[in-house]
Order: sequence, then C-alpha cells, then structure tokens
Amino acid sequence: MNRDPLSVRIVLIALAFLIMAALIGLPLVTVFAQALAKGWDEYFLSLSDRVTLSAIKLTLITALISVSVNLVFGVIAAWAIAKYEFKGKSFLLTLIDLPFSVSPVIAGLVFVLLFGLQGWFGPALQGTGLKIIFALPGIVLATMFVTFPFVARELIPLMQEQGTEDEEAAVSLGASGFQTFWRVTLPNIKWGLLYGVLLCNARAMGEFGAVSVVSGHIRGKTNTMPLHVEILYNEYNFTAAFAVASLLALLAFVTLTAQSLLEWKKAHA
Amino acid sequence: MGRFPLPAAHVLRGEDNKPLLSRSHPAVTSFTSSWRKPSVIPGFGLTLGLTLMWLSLIVLIPLAGLVLKAATFGFSGFFDTILNARVLAALKLSFGLSLIAAAVNLVLGLLIAWVLVRYDFPLRRSLSAMVDIPFALPTAVAGIALTSLYAPNGAMGWLFGLIGLKIAFTPLGILVALIFIGLPFVVRTVEPVLADIDQATEEAAACLGATRLATFRRIILPAILPALLTGFALAFARAVGEYGSVIFIAGNLPMVSEIAPLLIVIKLEEFEYEQATAIAVAMLIASLALLFLINMLQAWGRKRQGTG
Repeated sequence: MNRDPLSVRIVLIALAFLIMAALIGLPLVTVFAQALAKGWDEYFLSLSDRVTLSAIKLTLITALISVSVNLVFGVIAAWAIAKYEFKGKSFLLTLIDLPFSVSPVIAGLVFVLLFGLQGWFGPALQGTGLKIIFALPGIVLATMFVTFPFVARELIPLMQEQGTEDEEAAVSLGASGFQTFWRVTLPNIKWGLLYGVLLCNARAMGEFGAVSVVSGHIRGKTNTMPLHVEILYNEYNFTAAFAVASLLALLAFVTLTAQSLLEWKKAHA
Repeated sequence: MGRFPLPAAHVLRGEDNKPLLSRSHPAVTSFTSSWRKPSVIPGFGLTLGLTLMWLSLIVLIPLAGLVLKAATFGFSGFFDTILNARVLAALKLSFGLSLIAAAVNLVLGLLIAWVLVRYDFPLRRSLSAMVDIPFALPTAVAGIALTSLYAPNGAMGWLFGLIGLKIAFTPLGILVALIFIGLPFVVRTVEPVLADIDQATEEAAACLGATRLATFRRIILPAILPALLTGFALAFARAVGEYGSVIFIAGNLPMVSEIAPLLIVIKLEEFEYEQATAIAVAMLIASLALLFLINMLQAWGRKRQGTG
C-alpha cells in the first residue's frame, strides 16, 4: 500500500517509538516506579492516610456534581446545535469551545473575581454566610467551567452525522419531543455520550490549575487529589505524592481503555 | 403550524403590504423567522434557551466579570502592570516557549501521524493509544513525573547531564513539559486528513518521475497544511495557558523560568488583584485571537478538502 523503501519505514517507525517512549512512556513508568519504590505496604499506607482519603472524597464529590450537570447541559446543547439549522451556530460553537483556550488559572481567577472578598458579589455573600471561594462551591464552579465543552463536543459531530430523519419520523408518528429524545436519539448516541462523560470525568478529577486558584489549599478540607499531590511533593514526601498520582494515572488508563473499546465497538457495530 | 405551503393568496402581509414570510423555500413556508430553518422536531426554543443560559452563567458572565474588573483599573493601570519587567519577562517566556514547543510538536506530530496512518507494524494500536495519554493524564501527575525524570538524579536528567545539559528547573524543563502536553493535538488533527489523501495522486506523481521527497513536498504537504497549522495553533494555545505540568519542572525563578499563569497565581496570593487581572486579560486577548485563527484555519481546511 505504500511506496516507501523498507529502510525508510524502519527508521521512521523506530523514531516514532523512541519519541513516544521518551516523551510519554518514561514519565508513566516513573509514576508507578516511584509510587512503589518502598514496596506495596508503604504504598497502601500512604493511600490510607486520613488527609489523602479526604482529598479522594472531595475529588469524587466534585466530579460527581460537575459531570452530572455538564452531562445534562451537554446533551441539551448538542440537541440544539445538531438537530436545527440556525444563524450564528458556528459562533455558538466557538463560545462553547472557549474554556478549551482559556488558561485554567484564568478559569479559577474569574470566580475569585466574582465571589472572592474583593469580587463583584463578595461583600453581598459575606452577609449570607455562604462560602464559595476556598470552599466546595468554588471548586465545583471552576471544574464546571473547565469541563464545560467535553460532553457537547463529543456529541455534536455524532448527532450531526446521524441527521434528523429518525427524529422527524418519530415526531410525525406522534411522539412528543421528550419521547423522541429518550426512545430514538438516546439509543443512537449512548456510546458517544458515555465516552464524553468519561473524558469529562477524567478532566474533572484531574483539574489542577483552576481548582488550585479557588481552593485555598486547606488540608483535609479543600484539597482535591491533584492539589494533594502537589502538597505531598513539595513536602518531599515523594512516595505518597506518587502513590496518589498513580491513582490518577490509573484513571487516565481506564479512560483511554474505555475509549479504545468504544471505538472498536463503533467500528464493528 | 406552518408545515404546509400556504397558497399565495394567504400570504400574510405587513403594514407596508410586503409579504411577512420569506418565500425562499417555496416547499416549506413557516411562521418562524428567517434566522433559522423550520424543523418539525420540537424543543428548539427550550434547548437553545437553556444552552445560552448555562453558557452565560458558567462561562460568559464570569469572563465578562474579569474584563469589567480590568476596565475599572483603567488603561494606565493595565499597561503599568503589563510593561513591568517581571510581567513582561513571564509573558515573553510563556509565548516564546509555547511557540518553540508547538514547532517541535509540528515535526514530531507529523512523523507519528505519518507512521500511524501509512505503515502497518506490530504494536501500532498501542502506539496510537499512547498518543492520547497527555490528554487524559492530570497535569499535576505529568508535572511531578517529568520533574523526577529530568531532575539531575533522574534517568533522563542523568542522560542529558552527560552532554552537560541541565533540563529540570531551567526553561528547557518548561519546554519538555509543553512538548509533552501539546503532542496529541498535532497527531490527532493531521491523522484523519492524511488518511483521506488519495494515494492514486501520489502514484501518478511517482509514475511521472517525481522523487518521493518531491511527491511529499508538492502533493502531501499542501493537502495536510491546514491540518498541520491547526494542530500547531491548538498545541500553542494549550501551551500558553498550561500551568500544572510546568510549575514543578520550571524552577520558577522570576525573570528566568517564571511562566505567566504562575505569575497570576503569585499576584493573587499577594492580594495584588489588579495585577493578576491585568495579566489574565492580556493572556485572554491572546487566547481569543488564537481561537479566531484556529477557526479560520479549520474553515480553510474544510474548503481545501471539499474542493481538492
């Protein structure tokens, strides 16, 4: 199928493997090698630390809230964009993509400027006793900002590819809008939706910059797993830092494996 | 309502006696305004309304708050901050290194995409799966892993130490982190376009006596150029704002290895909200310009693929 001489092929393939091994493979190996450097006992000991467990819990809660909210709005946005033709659609798509091109630090900063003590709504909030910055709501808001495009971005090309004929048939047979979505659209997009949710979740659990700005780094209270990794690392507690990091790396593996499985499923459907 | 063509006599007319409805689609005349095509599928208003509301609440209003905050400080405050030597150095470092990293990714990414699309070899699927790891791996994890790998006592640090190069805790370390996180963008944008190229054209060129290199330069490169530049711009945009994977390996020495996002965080911790906001706005403007450029590149690519 190709005309490149064997020698060229071998050199290029070898180069590709070398680049990937040095750039991506080695860092991954490092995470697990460092985490297990002092053996399994030490590994599990550092994971069962009380502060580590509370970081894991906070990460799970944050991901649960922000992913479910983004799931609902991602589906709604994808429906609006894929099923109708209207002016300004590509502009709307650009706006949905906006969080991809904003630095995570800025994503955190905007919420500090809104709800922090010096922020637009800061003084008003102080009276109510509701804490947003340096507390869970701020962490969730920053995470939602960063993960905003994931579900919609995954669904839009899929739903556009599938067209609107199925839905039109369902509606003309008397189905309501919601029935059409639940019985016709959802079964068609379920794998893409699942993949979008996985990606969104991976980013939500791993977000560092945005959460770092709004969290306040209160040990055992407002530290998510990535923030806890930073603290342990800066305290030269490398084994514990890499142990927590290895959990996040495993999450990345699970996400990518699921992606491969879903793609395989799509190809063999 | 309005799903069936109205007879001409029933065309609704406004006070100026002009037809109220556009007749550009004679088969489907609808009461909906001309900014959208009519559809029988219900829920347009509801879903678009909810989308706009949520987008505004989570993304647009917070970003507007940032810009408004900067506006309250005035132009002189903005420029005083931006033109400060330390801020200027951080911005230069972030944009300069991101540009270099994206250029390196352009070459590495093209090579990997080429190998993945054109050749069949053992472990090809594993190699392909590995490309996405920088997308999925949390940045803090990448940061500490790269740091311990490229630190003087790490494997790569030791290797580069043999030729007298110090990587971690210097701007070179930042470059390594930025190359790491940017690589998938080029590979994943170039791959589908490269796979779509009709190899018959290449064979024709070869039959007409073109060398392999000439075929690549004259036939393949023009076809994948929009995708390559899009990948380059995406990697660049990501690198400019990157924080988590960089701060561990950077050393964070002011004026030397301090990136702009880190400076925002430092200013915030010093309660210098005005300066943090000004740096953020400068970076936001650059990001928006980049986003605009990426959109134009993608439109160009679609046009190329459509006509060529």
